[in-house]
Amino acid sequence: MTSLWPRIEPLLAKVQKPARYIGCEDGACTPEHGSRRVAWLLVYPDAYEVGLPNQGLQILYEILNERDDAVAERAYAPWVDLESLMRSHRVPLFSVDTHRPAGDFDLLAFNLSAELVYTNVLNCIDLAGAPVRAADRGPEHPIVVAGGHCAFNPEPLADFVDVFVIGDGEEVISEITEVVGEWKGSGRTPGSRERVLRELASVPGVYVPSMYDVAYEGPSLRAITPRYPDVPERVEKRTVADLAEWPYPKQQLVPLTEVVHDRLNVEIFRGCTRGCRFCQAGMITRPVRERPADQVRTMVSDGLRRTGYDEVSLTSLSSADFSGIDGVVAGIVNDPVNCGQVSLSLPSLRVDAFTVSVATEIQKVRRTGLTFAPEAGTWRLRQVINKLIREEDLYGAVEAAYSQGWRRVKLYFMTGLPTEMDEDTLGVAHLARNCVAIGRRYNKGASVTASVGGFVPKPHTPFQWFGQNGVDELQRKVGLLRDDLRRDRAVQLRWHDPKATLVEGIASRGDRRVGAVIEEVWRRGGVFQEWSEHFDLALWEEAMAKHGLSIDWYVTRHRTEDEVLPWDHISAGLHKDFLWQDWQDSLAEHGLPDCRWTPCYDCGVCTDYGIEHVVASALPPAGGSQGTGQDLSAGGDVPVTLLPVGGRV
Amino acid sequence: MRLRVRFQKLGKVRWTSHRDVARMWERACRRIQLPLAYTAGFSPRPKMHFGLALPTGAESVAEYLDLDLAPEAGVHVEVEGLPARLSLALPSGVDVTALTIVDPRAPSLQEDVDSCTWRIGFAPGVDLAVLVERALASSSLLVERERKGRLSVDDVRPAILALSAGATAEGEPELEALVATRPRALRPQELLQALDPALEATRVCRTHQWIERDGLREEPLAVAPHAAWARAQ
Repeated sequence: MTSLWPRIEPLLAKVQKPARYIGCEDGACTPEHGSRRVAWLLVYPDAYEVGLPNQGLQILYEILNERDDAVAERAYAPWVDLESLMRSHRVPLFSVDTHRPAGDFDLLAFNLSAELVYTNVLNCIDLAGAPVRAADRGPEHPIVVAGGHCAFNPEPLADFVDVFVIGDGEEVISEITEVVGEWKGSGRTPGSRERVLRELASVPGVYVPSMYDVAYEGPSLRAITPRYPDVPERVEKRTVADLAEWPYPKQQLVPLTEVVHDRLNVEIFRGCTRGCRFCQAGMITRPVRERPADQVRTMVSDGLRRTGYDEVSLTSLSSADFSGIDGVVAGIVNDPVNCGQVSLSLPSLRVDAFTVSVATEIQKVRRTGLTFAPEAGTWRLRQVINKLIREEDLYGAVEAAYSQGWRRVKLYFMTGLPTEMDEDTLGVAHLARNCVAIGRRYNKGASVTASVGGFVPKPHTPFQWFGQNGVDELQRKVGLLRDDLRRDRAVQLRWHDPKATLVEGIASRGDRRVGAVIEEVWRRGGVFQEWSEHFDLALWEEAMAKHGLSIDWYVTRHRTEDEVLPWDHISAGLHKDFLWQDWQDSLAEHGLPDCRWTPCYDCGVCTDYGIEHVVASALPPAGGSQGTGQDLSAGGDVPVTLLPVGGRV
Repeated sequence: MRLRVRFQKLGKVRWTSHRDVARMWERACRRIQLPLAYTAGFSPRPKMHFGLALPTGAESVAEYLDLDLAPEAGVHVEVEGLPARLSLALPSGVDVTALTIVDPRAPSLQEDVDSCTWRIGFAPGVDLAVLVERALASSSLLVERERKGRLSVDDVRPAILALSAGATAEGEPELEALVATRPRALRPQELLQALDPALEATRVCRTHQWIERDGLREEPLAVAPHAAWARAQ
């Protein structure tokens, strides 16, 4: 055991939130390392309080620690205060479980949940004592792995990451462990690194960027081609066919200090076919795979008993769509073991599912913040993005909230969407004002917070060809809203910094050349870029200019149908011609139905992979199958019943 | 029914904050299904009453907490096995060392405790005897300190009730200080600042909290000192 704890502890008295670095969570493992065990360090490249709750990382942590031939520990990006002490005291990146140096592990595996963490990935590799560029690493260095949603466009990080994992990680991590185990057993001899990477390249779902040549034609990408015949031309994503086989995490980590989403989280289904065209998560996680209701109930009651949490969240991309969600919710709140102390939250609850009776029940426990996401200001634009919430659905939902005593609701919108005109932008103000007017009927002090985020087109979505709005245009649109709402004290407008949106755009659809920019920004101290106090647009602009790259070419330019996209050799199963057709339908303001409940339109995923939706019921919930435009009920029927959770008041 | 609990906080867990400790206690009580009383209102909170906050990074063998049980549940609670069950449900390093039923009408910990004892350890070579002598001989010791964002210069000499220099069994210099907690608690860091701003402690541990009654000091809930220290080692 080589614990760095005696060298870390004296530094903790000098930093903010030292509990970020102690580990000790309930559910944490202190695994025994050994020469026959492949050691994984799972790294979340952001602050502990953001990274700890990540379910993907926790799932892999458990699966690996259950194996005889693997151990897994966790690390998080040290905050800037500790980082500078670590560098001056020569303390490397460490695991929080047993405080081992990162260099002692065979693999450093990063979770990529957002593009703005990319410079933190480089920083963590450097703090681990390994060269940041993959080409400079030798057999003595760990293999750098990355997975998560951003791995679906791996190119911006291709020079720094040895191995990307595309799609669900539950199965493929075991296959990687076996390959790396042989390498470790053979003594990691000189020259062996290239061999193990080549072997990993033939594991399905694994992309090894150094095994591919990239050809350019001027600013355009010509092709990305494998360098060897045994390396696949296209890397297909991995998909776990049946969630019931993976009831993880079984021992959700309970942190000792405050983190985001600090509650029991149980994933009730993976994948979503609502078909919102801006939503990368929905596109790349198809098909829908529900967890059996019985297993959900067991995971909830076991989890609550073990953790002592008083809140459980049933997570998915659209939880009201789970077959028989009402029965599951009723079962949880009526379970005598939970003795009326447990509040329940359903993130991504659609507005057409939020009515008076839901509002009544929720506020019995705790009147927490309510956020609805109409996403766009007019019905026309919501048809373009395929988020078919009608104005009256929204008004019904906010009326339910205000009538049950809420004084403020939050509305979430995007701006800079395809075909957006000023009247669509101003529709945000119109909706917000009407919501306030409804609220005033119940409470003179009723108010609305309207949050507006700049839209960033994402790979593997129908909007991947769309030219993102630039900083000036987004600022102009925010300005329109600000002017329009200037006299409305009851509407509070908040917006995401358009400058950060621009940088997200560079990384989101960037190619391999953007790697030099990421490295440059990191070398100049640009870490924690998703934190507004550290974000610095000038660093990015200067780095793009220095490397001869045009922001306009990468971000605001519309792409053409025949263009080679940097992620064309990575497949989420979606056919490119399906995505193009959906993009054309979008421009024609045509909706697309949800294929869970309507006939298959052949996006490519189920047919190519030989898998299908796993749902307990083929009937759509009340509120309708969106996109068909005819069966949207007015939101009177509630697919979700939240039962009383009294007994405390 | 009100329970008074004495607990210790030792090891890595000392880097958690006072608020973190409150959250740990809420979860531990729910895990063992100890039925706490809750406040009324839209955001009901369990009725838990802490005494003095422990600074983040300090250890303690003398932390106290009063827990109000739900009125209907109180009579059924088995007090006997509770310390062990609670210790098991709390994070490692946080352990219950004593527990008793107290009169809910009795003064709260906040009202009652008026001083506490600290043991503060230093790296070998620090000469504490001179500093202690000088501090005790001075009639006033001015320290600049911050409370709720406001700086003030205070004389902390009256808050130092006793001070002595010694050494641990391993021979490391150690300070033992009895300090007043009223009108405003003297924190270990402020004490060091008063002695010598350059002093850096390697270890800070609260060993006692005291209530003065009729000229005698007693603890809110006593543990045989050897028992507490045996666990601490």
